[in-house]
This record gives sequence, structure tokens and C-alpha cells, in this order.
Amino acid sequence: MRPTIKRIIFFAIIILVWQGIVRMLGISASLMPAPTDVFEALAQGFADKTLIYDILASFRRLAIGLVIAIVLGVGLGILLAKNKTADETLGTLILALQSVPSIVWLPIAIMWFGLNEKAVTFIVILGGTLVMTINMRIGIKNVSPLYIKAAQTMGSRGLDLFAKVIFPASVPYAVTGARLAWAFAWRALMAGEILSTGPGLGYTLKYASDFGNMKLVIGIMIIIGVIGTIMDIVFFQRVEKNVLRRWGLETNS
Amino acid sequence: MFLKIQDVNKQFVNQKEASTVLSDINLEINEGEFVSILGPSGCGKSTLLSIVAGLTKPTSGEILLNGQQITKPGKDRGMVFQQAALFPWMTVEENVMFPLRKEMKKKEAREVAHQFLQKVQLSNYTKHSPHELSGGMQQRVAIARALSMNPKVLLMDEPFGALDEQTRSRLHHELEKIWLETKKTILFVTHSISESIKLSDRIIVMGTRPGVILEDIKVQIPRPRANHPQMTAKLEEKIMGLLQTEIDKVVKEELAYAANN
Repeated sequence: MRPTIKRIIFFAIIILVWQGIVRMLGISASLMPAPTDVFEALAQGFADKTLIYDILASFRRLAIGLVIAIVLGVGLGILLAKNKTADETLGTLILALQSVPSIVWLPIAIMWFGLNEKAVTFIVILGGTLVMTINMRIGIKNVSPLYIKAAQTMGSRGLDLFAKVIFPASVPYAVTGARLAWAFAWRALMAGEILSTGPGLGYTLKYASDFGNMKLVIGIMIIIGVIGTIMDIVFFQRVEKNVLRRWGLETNS
Repeated sequence: MFLKIQDVNKQFVNQKEASTVLSDINLEINEGEFVSILGPSGCGKSTLLSIVAGLTKPTSGEILLNGQQITKPGKDRGMVFQQAALFPWMTVEENVMFPLRKEMKKKEAREVAHQFLQKVQLSNYTKHSPHELSGGMQQRVAIARALSMNPKVLLMDEPFGALDEQTRSRLHHELEKIWLETKKTILFVTHSISESIKLSDRIIVMGTRPGVILEDIKVQIPRPRANHPQMTAKLEEKIMGLLQTEIDKVVKEELAYAANN
């Protein structure tokens, strides 16, 4: 049986069991809505376009934040890999910051930027930058010495050696870094939106929750999960796999 | 003298002690000669090649190429490693063009690359990625890449060591052909006695701990050497005798090391 078919059957069973339990036990929709209720709320949200605007608004923030995070992360990663003093000082700070969930920065970000998009974007950037930096640093450090030696015997050195050999050789790590940066940024974005302001998926989820609209709350949770999975499987994993194969880091496809 | 290795010593210092890898190496190589450096593992033959390449600095002594001292890597010395070291993000053709890109226009560099890929019989694979090629093919690309920059010396560090027997034998044949055509000076590091006899004009036999030159043997067997199995066998026996004491030394030391740890 093909994996896709297995998955469809699996999810169909979950939805059926869920529907059956809710209906049989007569659970109130404000505690646990049935799949049909959730579907209804989603259909309504898409029909009046509120959910579409929310998704677009969230994606806009995420895109801005993620691009900045990746650029910053690449720069910082290179700095840490190339400069021992920076690695021993700034590198430690970045590791320490990495263990702090980026959402705890929100109160201070709101003080700095106000209760607006900027505060949320700041959280997203923070969430992505650190993990990108750490991966980029490892990528540059792990470039095979053989590539460097070979390039040197062909007259390459200095900036040319870096731009033409060391940086391209570290691309597999950069791709993994970008995938993780996306995952961290996506989580940070949702948390940030719930705790601050909209429009956005997280904000609408909070809004629905305030009015006891659990149908929409669960509907949005599903949207968040589906978008996350699609981005990961359809985009990042595919890119990562291609890069790893081409770079000869994965022998069997 | 074309390539002169003069009083070269090399010591590596780790936390506890300094170990001498190469001791008083003196060697003179003529232009167009195919010279093998043969020795058991740990005799410093790869280190010596790396010093000639300019990738490693000798502790003392100097290397002169056409009278000029070698201080850093340069395009006058092409190097082929045990692993092909092709850049995976480039096509075969782009890999061969890599050392040419600064002094040539792209079109010209591509023509030169194709010319050398033809020499190693890979002109049908110019647009392929390195990972699509077998190990032997990758190594041929590496040879084309080193030759394309027209080096004065070709340095080869056990270039066929990671290949299977059949592929290795084919590449021996191809390398000999290339050498006869181009008359490049080749410095070839190997631990295989038969490989060195098959290919080289001269065999520098090295002993270990510290690395010293034991003997400089001129190979007088006419090419192709496969036609003279008796002469080859005789020379092989002679070199085997030379190396036996060295190999015993390595084994004894390794056993002692294992016993102490």
C-alpha cells in the first residue's frame, strides 16, 4: 500500500473516532467540538475571507522575519567560525540565548517597539537567527580540509578560497539551518501573535478563545499544523535531500 | 637540477614529545622523470609530498623548483590526492575549469577543460555531477584538473589507493600513456611495490621512524613493463627485502604500543 493511502486511512479513522466519541458522550461544543463543527467554522472563516487574511498576514511577518534571520544567521555564523575570539565570547552568548525560548522576549519587545507587528517580527527574527547562526558556524567549521588543500594547490586563497570553496561546501548545513530557523520562527510567530496583536492566525485563535468559540480554536490549530507540515515536507525536506545527494553526503536516494 | 629537495627535516610536536617524521631528506629529480616514493605507512612519504606541494612547511631545509624556493602552494605543482576532492557543487567541466578561471576567458577555459577531459576519456561526462561518477572516473577528472593548469610537476599522493584492482590497473595504463604524451615530471607516492615498478623511472625507497631515504633505484626495465615479468619480479624481490626490516619495525612498534595501552 502506498504511504499516501495509509495516511488518508489513518486520518479518516481519527476523525471518525473523534466524531463518534463527541457525539455519543454528548460533549458540549465549548469543551470539545466535533470535526463537523470544526469544519463548519473553517468553511465560514474561509468564506468570509477572515482566515485567508489571517494566513497572509502571518506569512508576511514570517517571511520578513525569516529572511532577516537567515541573512543575520549566515553572517554571524561565518564570523564565529572564522574568528576565535568572537567564537569564545559571542558564541557562548548565542548558545546561552538559544536556550531561552524566544517568546520570553515578548514583554521587553513590546516595551521597545509597542504592541504591534514590529514586536512580533522581532521575536520571529530572534527565533530564527540563533539556530541559523549555530548551523552556519558548524557548516563552515566542518568543510573538509581536503577541499581546502585541493583549492590551495590550484592557486586559490583568501577571499577567493572562501567564496568559491568554503562557503559552497557549507551549503548542506546552511539548508538544515534554514529548515530549523523556519520551524523555530513559525512557533515564535504563533506564540507572539497569541500574546500580542493581529491580524494573524495566532491573534484570531486568541480572539476565538476569548469568545468561547472552540470550533474556530481547533480549526486554526489544524491550519497551523497543516501549514507547518506542508512547508517542512514539501519544501524543506525536498531541498535538503537534493542538496545532500548532490554534495555526496547521502549515498542512497 | 629541476626539482631539488635539500636537507629537509620535519618534526611534529604534540603535547608530550616531538617526533621526527623526516630526517635529512636529499633528493634531486630531473625534468620529465617519473619518480615513485615508496615506503611503509608512517614513513613520512605523504608529508614529503605535502611539503613539495607547499601545503606543509618543513622544520628545516628547502625545496627548489627551477632554482626557486617553494614557500606556498602554487599552480606550478598540480596535486592529485587519494580522494578525488572534486567540488560536488560543480559539474565535471566546472571542476576542471576551476584552476583556469582567473587567467582565461570562460570559453577558452572550457576548451582547455574539454581537451584534458578527452585525454582521460571522459569527454562524454562534462555536464555530469561528480557524485554520478564512479571512483575511478572521479580520480581521472582529478588528474585532468591537475594537468589542465599545465603544472611543471604533477604530485600524486597514493592516487589509486582507494580503487579496486581492475580500475587501478586501467588507470596505471592511462597514467603511463599521459606521461609519455606530456612528458610531465611526476612525483608519485605509493606503498605498493608493484605499482612503483610498473610506472616509474626511479623508485625512492623510504624507511620509517624517522623517515629516511634507504635507496634510490633506477628502473631499467623497458616499457611497457607488463612484457617483462621476470625482470619485474626480480626487482620486486629486491625491494621487498629492503622493506622487510622496515615493515617488521612498524609491526613491532605497533604491538608495543598496543601492549602499553
